[in-house]
Amino acid sequence: MIEKKFETVADAVSDIFDGATVMIGGFGEAGSPIELIHALIDQGAKNLTVVNNNTGSGHVGLAALIESGRVAKMICSFPRTANSTVFTDLYRRGKVELELVPQGTLAERIRAGGAGIPAFYTRTAVGTTLAEGKEVRNFEGRDYVMEYALKADFALLKCRSADRYGNLLFNKTARNFSPIMATAAKTTIVQTGKYLPAGDIDPETVVTPGIFVHRIVLVPEPQHESRLVAQGSVYP
Amino acid sequence: MNNAAERATVGWDREQMAQRAALDIPDGAYVNLGIGIPEKIARYVPDGREVIYHTENGLLGMGPTPKPGEEDPDLVNAGKKQITAIPGAAFFHHADSFGMIRGGHIDICVLGAMQVSETGDLANWSTGAADAIPAVGGAMDLVAGVETIYVLTQHCTKEGEPKLVRSCSFPLTGQAVVKRIYTDLAVIDVTPQGLRVIELAPGIDFEYVQQRTGCNLIPA
Repeated sequence: MIEKKFETVADAVSDIFDGATVMIGGFGEAGSPIELIHALIDQGAKNLTVVNNNTGSGHVGLAALIESGRVAKMICSFPRTANSTVFTDLYRRGKVELELVPQGTLAERIRAGGAGIPAFYTRTAVGTTLAEGKEVRNFEGRDYVMEYALKADFALLKCRSADRYGNLLFNKTARNFSPIMATAAKTTIVQTGKYLPAGDIDPETVVTPGIFVHRIVLVPEPQHESRLVAQGSVYP
Repeated sequence: MNNAAERATVGWDREQMAQRAALDIPDGAYVNLGIGIPEKIARYVPDGREVIYHTENGLLGMGPTPKPGEEDPDLVNAGKKQITAIPGAAFFHHADSFGMIRGGHIDICVLGAMQVSETGDLANWSTGAADAIPAVGGAMDLVAGVETIYVLTQHCTKEGEPKLVRSCSFPLTGQAVVKRIYTDLAVIDVTPQGLRVIELAPGIDFEYVQQRTGCNLIPA
């Protein structure tokens, strides 16, 4: 019998190891799996490489993980937010490495990682500093930059509904990177607002098929990052 | 060079700039609007035209700002502002969203600029300063993948420096990507011969624009 459900967020992230690459879903707060991130902070794994579009806000969620000093390297497209200096401060002090990737290249590298494609060529960043040192090849008269796939040891994601097989539905623009990150990680861990019996999600509407999902934790009322930031919350 | 007081009284204001650019968004277009003044364009598309707005974080059919009490933290635009979705909207993941951009499916993108060169190079993501935190977002993907790139920007910086220049001193977002520039002073096309002024704001003459531009302009 297939059983992917874990009882607590702590159990679900217990084997994330030092030096692991962890993809974390979300675009700003939309889709950010705050409870799983906080469980990872509590768990203590360090020297992590984290893949996310941003670097968090305030002193909760991703920003708190970075602030805890456990992140050695961020791979992201936009490491700035109006209300957080956590990443900025550590980066300026040389305490965290940054690999800056154009947002579409980041998405495509993750997609490729999940699809067994080791590298690909793209027009994005041709002739810019972000293409320096990368292989350039000409196709049909235009230059393209080669980019490598991204894979991860773990993905931490949030969804609206999951069924017992791990089929997932998301909520509006909280979907963003999560479906592709689910495909690119060896172990995909999902916190879900609803946990459903197999068969309760119409197969025609499944967004992420269960084959890409390994662990599910029910978090019925996830916290909202913006509300925590507005309250001045600091984790832990 | 002009100063802030003069900028407020001469040429088009920000709303009028957005209004002018909106005239060039055709019926049926799929459009991506950059953060800042470009976002205002959606308010001014002439009646009778149906335009679908794309936001790269996963929505086609972006609607206006929600009414108070109807905000949803899971429904945001690329600037992470809370938005609405129109009836008939579609949500999708990031690789599909950037497939729309990089695969050439988005018709028009309007972006802000720090500098535009006379050959249409765009710089709008980094000053290149040693202590700057580099952040690129989707700008490089948009200029590489969208066929028609318009720039909407003040003609000069707050310090009065020209933004339209012979060659960009800031790091590039893309080479030879800009088709047309809307400023507070003029509408300017990027042509193989250089920057051609195709329209002047009311009360502005060609010489006035030329004096505030860092490269040669071609009269209409």
